[in-house]
Amino acid sequence: MFGYYLDLALRSLRRNKMLTALMVLAIALGIGACMTTFTVLHVLSGDPLPDKSARLFYPQVDPLDMDGYEAGKEPERQVTWIDGMNLLKAKRGERQALMTGGAVPVQPTQSSMDPFFSDARYTTADFFPMFETPFLYGHGWSEAEDDGKARVAVISRSLNDKLFDGKDSTNQILRMKDTAFRVIGVLDNWRPNPHFYDLNMGQYSVAEDVFLPLATSRDLNLARNGSRNCWGKGGGNDDEHLEVATCVWLQFWVQLQSADKAADYRTFLDNYSKEQKALGRFERPSNVRLSNLMEWLDVNKVVPSDVRLQSWLALGFLMVCLVNTVGLMLAKFLRRSGELGVRRALGASRREVFMQLLVEAGVIGLAGGVGGVLLAYLGLWLVRLQPADYASLAHLDLPMLLITFVLAITASLLSGLLPAWRACQITPALQLKSQ
Amino acid sequence: MSVSPILSALRRHKAGVVLIGLQIALTLAIVCNAIFIIGERIERMNRPTGIVERDLFLIQQAWVNAPSEEIEGSSQKLGAMQQEDLLALRQLADVESVAPTTSMPLLDSSWNEGIRLDPEQQQQTARVSFYLGDEQLLPTLGLRLVAGRTFTSADILHQGLRDIRQPPVVIVTKAIADLLFPHGDAVGKVVYLAGTHKPITIIGVVERLQVPGLNRWTASFAYNSVVLPIQREGFFAFYAVRAKPGRLQAAMQAAPAALYKVNPLRVFADIKTPAQSFAAIRARAYRDDIGMAILMGAVCLILLGVTAAGIVGLTSFWVGQRQHQIGIRRALGARRIDILRYFQTENLLIASGGAMVGLVLAFILNLWLIRHYEMSRMPLIYVLTGVVAVLVLGQLAVFVPARRASMVPPVVATRSV
Repeated sequence: MFGYYLDLALRSLRRNKMLTALMVLAIALGIGACMTTFTVLHVLSGDPLPDKSARLFYPQVDPLDMDGYEAGKEPERQVTWIDGMNLLKAKRGERQALMTGGAVPVQPTQSSMDPFFSDARYTTADFFPMFETPFLYGHGWSEAEDDGKARVAVISRSLNDKLFDGKDSTNQILRMKDTAFRVIGVLDNWRPNPHFYDLNMGQYSVAEDVFLPLATSRDLNLARNGSRNCWGKGGGNDDEHLEVATCVWLQFWVQLQSADKAADYRTFLDNYSKEQKALGRFERPSNVRLSNLMEWLDVNKVVPSDVRLQSWLALGFLMVCLVNTVGLMLAKFLRRSGELGVRRALGASRREVFMQLLVEAGVIGLAGGVGGVLLAYLGLWLVRLQPADYASLAHLDLPMLLITFVLAITASLLSGLLPAWRACQITPALQLKSQ
Repeated sequence: MSVSPILSALRRHKAGVVLIGLQIALTLAIVCNAIFIIGERIERMNRPTGIVERDLFLIQQAWVNAPSEEIEGSSQKLGAMQQEDLLALRQLADVESVAPTTSMPLLDSSWNEGIRLDPEQQQQTARVSFYLGDEQLLPTLGLRLVAGRTFTSADILHQGLRDIRQPPVVIVTKAIADLLFPHGDAVGKVVYLAGTHKPITIIGVVERLQVPGLNRWTASFAYNSVVLPIQREGFFAFYAVRAKPGRLQAAMQAAPAALYKVNPLRVFADIKTPAQSFAAIRARAYRDDIGMAILMGAVCLILLGVTAAGIVGLTSFWVGQRQHQIGIRRALGARRIDILRYFQTENLLIASGGAMVGLVLAFILNLWLIRHYEMSRMPLIYVLTGVVAVLVLGQLAVFVPARRASMVPPVVATRSV
């Protein structure tokens, strides 16, 4: 029976090509717009470390003075050097790392290359195992090298390709800011999305090219990038006394094995704040937060509001397209009252007529889905041409592709329901009489 | 023409009428809000920076062989390196003036602090962004002084990155002057930086200078800029350069070459474009807004197109369905124009109904956007324009099928389908 309905549907669709094209195009446009924006949203709200994000936490403490104090307000989103170091040395988590962003002038040994700036991350030893960075060659550094302010560096695969032609460069010398560093590791392609560990440095930017021990960067007074917020008398626009300044400028991450451990850690943070207040360093009452990775992305509203707005817009657009299709299908099915009357008179039940019309709606949906996928590819290609830093990530993956088809067919079946139901209410006798 | 026969005819097509009305309503609600968003973005992009943007460019660079600031006397060395650069740039034929600076409007890299009128007060009086530069900064950016005097070379403090002395004098924007001293007598008055007790005297007021920041927070003090007479001497330096009129491209070519000649051991922030024209800085600052405006515009156009096509399709069907009736009307003496008017009036009725619903939906959507996306209230004019637009669109769309209806010959009445 399905084959027969399909044949009837194709005949009917062929009879009025313009109208069929209009319905297919409307569904295709709606689906295409939705899938383009949903794919961007899906990519942007993804989990950068799916296996581990629930165990990674970002603590916040409130080190500010009483100037502008409001009870319960969210504390600073970064930590001072003193607090960062205290939390790092306390080693209350399974792993922990303190970090900040920066930029280093790289001096290639090849005479053909001018010196250039590379984005850098100054961090501590646990960064690599905690974030499970893949290593192509070598390894990260250890705590001893952190303490010894060692001149060692881990570089990205792309920088290794550029400077060392992709060969194993461990133990090679890399000159940066007139200082010789020993390469101890080369990362394989690594681009966590979003750039969760430091959202100040572009929320969807690529991972840095150079990783150096934090203590080394302070020792050499390397330029740092990112957000810094200072207050009180210790504030200033001075890069060199940051260790003692009342400024927050570092990110601190901790790995905790379980919810119990997280609760313990929160207690520890609370006690730490109280202790610091007793010592006179903190002025405000204890106000601590501990968010896991996904919560932290939420707190920072990482997904750009423009992207969310675009998704809503596309959904509204799809709705208009569907209403349009319902209207056209209704007109079309009712126009065929005569034909349907004949079928009913020849013994087709209401159910069968209904099924026949739904098959027709489904065919339109399928065609619209195919068109929608093509339009989504086009839309995503256009998105990738945009200069935004997330643009290059916008690709349609298999689950999204399947969702597209399901959405298209469901949408057109839904929009076929009302017209088909109306059409099968026709009284056959009346139709035959008027013929 | 009487409306009642049209209404009674429409009653026989309830579902179709409701659907087309709903489509018009949704289209109106979405298009109004989308155009309002476009309008807001354009307004944001049209905010004046206060500087003369033509012929201006920026160079951001650092020295690779800069002496470490730990070493005694490094500050003098760094100052000399910067002075050498400035001299080389000022000697270029296509360059009008050059100034070291720490930022630019729309660059989105800013140093923000609170200033106070009384050093003891707990809350700041105004939040401000700082620009640091020498006596050439005002003419290079093309700022207009409206009161007081500009900096002279005697005012300029030379500071390394490590010493933080406050200058005794500053120049502020009119926005700050009006905020702190509403009587218009800001020049000669004293302000304090957050957490300090050292008085700083306002010596001049410039008409307008936008802060470098671009986000929502900095937009709350968009024109609160303070220019400090400080020449920062560190391992990096940014230069604002004004080219001679019409010589921007030539100057942008010559400047990096001249700097390389002074000292090749340097890195530019972006090696591909060592000199960034202000037009490029502006384009990058607003690229997301431009993208959003284009997308919204495209969606509006397609939406209107789909709705128009829907009206054409549905009306065509009704025309086909009513051939017989049209023929009867024609045979009973209705003119072609009457048939045309009939369908036009019918569409006007449906579209007006849809527009009424759409008007309400548009405001509901706007309220929702205000709540979730920090948008502002949409002025009525947007909705009214939208209503007129959908009515006109409906009339345009209905014209083709309505004309076809008017062409139905009276003889159809005598045929039995």
